[in-house]
Amino acid sequence: MRTEKVRTVVGHVVLMFGVLVSIFPFYWMLVMASNTTPDIFTYPPKLLIGSHLFENMGNVLDNIDFFGSMLITLFASLGVTVLVLFFDSLAAFAFAKYEFPGRNLLFGILLATFMIPSQLALVPQFVTLAEFGWIGSLKALIIPGAANAFGIFWMRQYAKGAIPDELISAAKVDGAGFFRQYLTVGLPVLRPGLAFLGIFTFINVWNDYLWPLIVMTDPNKLTLQVALQQLNGVYGTDYSMVMAGALMSVIPLIGVFLIGGRHFIADIAAGAMKF
Amino acid sequence: MAVSDAVRSTAAVTTTKDPGPDRPPSKFRQALPQYAAVSPFFILFAIFGAFPVFFSIWLSFHSWDGIGTMKWVGLEQYSYLLTDPTFWKSITNTLIIWVISTVPMLLLALVIANSLHNATRFRSFYRIAYFIPNITSVVAVTMVFGSIFSNNFGLLNAFLQSIGLDKIEWLSQPWGIKIAIASIVAWRWTGYNAIIFLAGLQAISSDIYEAAKMDGASPSQTFWRITVPLLRPVILFTAVTSTIGGLQIFTESQVLFGSSGAIGGPGDGGLTIVSYLYDNAFGSNQFGYGAAIGWALFILIVLFSIINWRLIGGNDDERITKRAARRVQRKIAAEQVAADKAGKEHADAH
Repeated sequence: MRTEKVRTVVGHVVLMFGVLVSIFPFYWMLVMASNTTPDIFTYPPKLLIGSHLFENMGNVLDNIDFFGSMLITLFASLGVTVLVLFFDSLAAFAFAKYEFPGRNLLFGILLATFMIPSQLALVPQFVTLAEFGWIGSLKALIIPGAANAFGIFWMRQYAKGAIPDELISAAKVDGAGFFRQYLTVGLPVLRPGLAFLGIFTFINVWNDYLWPLIVMTDPNKLTLQVALQQLNGVYGTDYSMVMAGALMSVIPLIGVFLIGGRHFIADIAAGAMKF
Repeated sequence: MAVSDAVRSTAAVTTTKDPGPDRPPSKFRQALPQYAAVSPFFILFAIFGAFPVFFSIWLSFHSWDGIGTMKWVGLEQYSYLLTDPTFWKSITNTLIIWVISTVPMLLLALVIANSLHNATRFRSFYRIAYFIPNITSVVAVTMVFGSIFSNNFGLLNAFLQSIGLDKIEWLSQPWGIKIAIASIVAWRWTGYNAIIFLAGLQAISSDIYEAAKMDGASPSQTFWRITVPLLRPVILFTAVTSTIGGLQIFTESQVLFGSSGAIGGPGDGGLTIVSYLYDNAFGSNQFGYGAAIGWALFILIVLFSIINWRLIGGNDDERITKRAARRVQRKIAAEQVAADKAGKEHADAH
């Protein structure tokens, strides 16, 4: 019994140490963002939160169009998220609940697309978008990602278990067409699954770096991540300002995560178990 | 499952519409709404996925700067690739970073998951704390780690100095750069993998652990003989995703060194496959060569996924799990017999 207790305590000590490692970079970001750069460049370094946070944040706003970039990132993330939720759940609903010729073949093709790494066709993707004249516009960030195999696969698993066939049959008897069945039977039941897929998609688009780096070539229309890296590139030695920018870019997402986080984590784990 | 589905849906179809025996509407026409529903993905994939993939094969047989005319060069890009020392360096760099990040990361994640599984209190707090690194942008995280590893005023060097050691120029030498990048990767993904492992642990029946406990198995025996074998499918999942992610590392070295002119950093110590691809395609407009590097990356990913699958999962995967389960079942049965016997003896004694 006592060894059991000791083991529990040791377990918590190990876990708390891990939590410290997880949290420390955020703390350090805050320390650097709230001190002056000369303070950071001293030995021994300042280890506590300073009083220059707002000054440093002001410097960020003076040097890059922070809110402009944030708006573009927000539009792109929301745009992709809304489209993905609609297209993926609609396709998943059809795949999960209806029998149609070629269904298994189409779903097999969809699964096979998982194997293609996103960087494989980076160059021709860029060329294609350039042909369309989309380089530098929000379309380049939103349209190519508007439906994805992962989301359809995940939502289909979810829909299979969650939507009772009886409800669909009842809707059919009432004379509802496929789309009405999706709206009245599918969507309400799929809501928890949509919440997960929505947060997941939003976070991924918000944090994406390589794709916006390539397609958002207009220096006045950069996403937050690219603008942040530019701040870092130009003013790399002004640590306190760069860190203030990093902090400002990280806060909104952590907010989204803390609101929907608990279910989100459980869903991600459940998704991995299905593979 | 599939059969019952089919039966159910044909039944549903007959109840909705009764077309009469002579003029059955085509199955395809009836399924039009479903085709429309699944079409957005396939249309988008055709334009932004399949077409670029085929185009990239075509492109890799050409020399093209993106503006002028394409020049057919046959397999030249590939033969140059095989003899290009920088390309090979980008592969070894990527593999080294992958190994020194993934191996400690998965082991740590297993330890954390095991502790989380045993901890009954604060679990949701731990889960959120461990998951937050994963949703944080690589760009911001890399900036923080870049400052921690910084040559002159970094926290790490300040720490080394304070305990009387010499400073290390982390970001100026190949090994230091790789360690810095690997730490970023490990920091972002350890918690994620721990959460996945935890879900795997929770799926293992507690009977098995009870039986092991009754057998007097030590915690480490239980961990290596029962937990790890039963977790195999989950470990395979994390290994494959870590491999695919690890081979595509890009942002870390780009943020650390992208603005310095040399994308791989001093001595190209942080040059990864994707950063080499990016540099060739979008830095020096060698689209054909960039496409060829993309295919090399694809082949590597397939290769390493197969190796993972063979090492961790593979054909004998199910057999091993089943064997472990059977072994445990036998033990439970034996326990029960022994317990019954003991109980009987006990009763007899009275």
